[in-house]
Amino acid sequence: MSGLSSDRRRRPRIETSTETGLAVQVTGATKVFSVARGKQVVALEGIDLGVAPGEFVSLIGPSGCGKSTLLRLIADLDQPTSGTVSVFGKTARQARIDQDYGIAFQQAGLLPWRTVAGNIELPLELHRASTAARRMRVAELLALVGLSDFADRYPDQLSGGMQQRVAIARSLAESPELLLMDEPFGALDEMTRERMQNELVRICAETGAAVVFVTHSIPEAVFLSDRVVVMSPRPGRVREVIPVDLGSAEDRGDDLREATGFFTAVSAVREALHGSPTETGAPARGVDNR
Amino acid sequence: MTRSRPVLLGVLGVLLLGAIWEAYKAFGPTDGVVVGGLTVLPRTSDLAMPHLITMFTRLGEPVTSAPGSPALWNAVLQAAGFSLGIAAAGWVIGVVVGLLLAMLMQRFRTAESALLPWVVLSQTVPLIALAPLVAGWGSQIRFGESRWQDWMSVAVIASYLAFFPVSVGALRGLESPEQAHVELMRTYAVGWWTTLMRLRLPASIPYLLTALRLAAANAVIGTVVAEVSIGLRGGVGRMMVEYASASSGDPGKPWAPIFGAVLIGLVAAGFVALLGLALKRYRRGEVVA
Repeated sequence: MSGLSSDRRRRPRIETSTETGLAVQVTGATKVFSVARGKQVVALEGIDLGVAPGEFVSLIGPSGCGKSTLLRLIADLDQPTSGTVSVFGKTARQARIDQDYGIAFQQAGLLPWRTVAGNIELPLELHRASTAARRMRVAELLALVGLSDFADRYPDQLSGGMQQRVAIARSLAESPELLLMDEPFGALDEMTRERMQNELVRICAETGAAVVFVTHSIPEAVFLSDRVVVMSPRPGRVREVIPVDLGSAEDRGDDLREATGFFTAVSAVREALHGSPTETGAPARGVDNR
Repeated sequence: MTRSRPVLLGVLGVLLLGAIWEAYKAFGPTDGVVVGGLTVLPRTSDLAMPHLITMFTRLGEPVTSAPGSPALWNAVLQAAGFSLGIAAAGWVIGVVVGLLLAMLMQRFRTAESALLPWVVLSQTVPLIALAPLVAGWGSQIRFGESRWQDWMSVAVIASYLAFFPVSVGALRGLESPEQAHVELMRTYAVGWWTTLMRLRLPASIPYLLTALRLAAANAVIGTVVAEVSIGLRGGVGRMMVEYASASSGDPGKPWAPIFGAVLIGLVAAGFVALLGLALKRYRRGEVVA
C-alpha cells in the first residue's frame, strides 16, 4: 500500500503483453445476463484488457456497451460468465477481499448520517484501523480533495461536486493501487466537471494509483487518460484502444483543453466511436459526442 | 415562534373538540339524532354527555363517599402509572420481537415469504379471543419459585399488538438502502452483520421511528383492552369497567380513567418523540447531486 507520495511519477509503463504484474488483466471475459425466461442479453463478449500499474485507462462507448459491466467485473460486483478477471495477479474476488481497489460511483453514495470525515473514514473504520491512524489519514485526504474546512459538515450541506470529492477521498482512504470509477462526474455541471478532472489528474499523480474510468464524455476520457478503450454495444466489445499521450500531470492544466494534441486525440476517439471520420470539422469542446 | 406553532395548534384542536362537545350538548336534540331507528348522535342529557366542567371537577373529588377515600385524580394517576408500566414492558418485548423478525426476514428471502403473511394474519385474531389463551398458557409456566403473573399476560398481549408495526416498518427500513450503498459495503468485503449495523439499521431509523410510535399506541390499547379481558386489577382498563357501572348516579366519574388512558398515550408518544430527537442525525436526507 502506498501513501500519498508525490514523488511517484505518473507516466506509467504501458504494457500490452500478458506479463504478470498488471494491475488489471481481463482475458476473454464474456457476461451474459438472463433477462426473462429463456431470453439472454450478451453484455460483454470476448473482452481482453490489461491495465498497467499507475496507468489511467478510460472506458468509453454508447449506453449499453457494457462499460459499467466491465468495471463491475473488475470490482467483483458481478462475475463473468466466461473468461477471467485478475487484479494484481489475484482473482477479482480475492482482490476485493484484500481491499486492493477503491471505488467511486456516479452517485456519491455518501451515508447521510455521517459527517464528511465520518464518510471518508468509513472503510478505515470497517477494517479496524486505529483511531489515531484514522484521524491522520482523514486529515490527509481532506487536504488532498480541498475539503479540510468541511470535515464536520453533513453530506446534505454540500454541493454535488463537494459530495463527489468526498466520495473520491473515501475511495482513496486505504491507499489502493487501483481506483475504479464509474462516471463519477456524470451528474455534475460542466464547470464543476472540468475542475474535478483537473483535480483527479493531480490526485492520481500524487497517489500513483492505476485508474479504470468509465465515462460518456470524449473530452473527459482524452483529458484524463493514458489510453482510451472505445467500446461498441450489443454485444459489448472493445472496438479500439487509443493511446493518448498528453504529457505528465504537471503539463495537464486548463491550457491542455485548448491544445492541438488534445483535439487530435478527441477526433481519434470520436472516429473510433462512430467508425468513420466526422464531417463536422473542428470538434467542439466539452460536448458529449456519443 | 415556528417552534411553538405545532403545540399551539395541538392545544387549539383540543379546545375545539371541547367546544364542539359543549355546543352539541347545548343545541343538539335532547333525544339525539336518530336516523331510521338508529341513534347516530347521542342524547344530550347530563347522563349521556356530562359537561366538561363536571368531568374535571369530579377528578378533584374523592373516589367514593367512604371516609379516607383518595381523590379521584390520584387514583386515576396511580392506575395510569400501573398500566403505563405494563404497556412499556409490552412495547419493549414487541419492539425486540419485531426487530428480530425484521432482521430474519431481511436476511433470508424465504423467511420473508414464509413469515410475512403470518405476521399480517396475526393481527386479525381478536384480542378478546387471545386474552384467555395467553392467561391459560401463562398459568402453566413457572420459573423456579416465582409464578406467572396476570400482568405478564397483559404485557404479552400488548406486545402482540406492538410487534406488528415494528416488524413491518423495520423490514421496510432495513431494505431501504440504495443498491449503491449495499454494493459499497460489498466492495469493503464486510459481512451481513457489519452491513446491518453500519448501513441497514441506521438507514432504517426514519421508518423505525414511525413504527415505534405506532407500536407505543398499540401497546397502550393492548394493555387497556387486555386488562379488561383478563380482569387484571390496578390499571385504567379495569377502572373503566368499574366506573362505568357508576355512571347513572355519577356521570363524571367514568371519564376519569379515559383521561388516564389519554395521558398514558401522550406519555408514550412523547417518549418516542424524544427518541426521535436523540436520533436526529439519522433522519438527514442526502441531497442528490
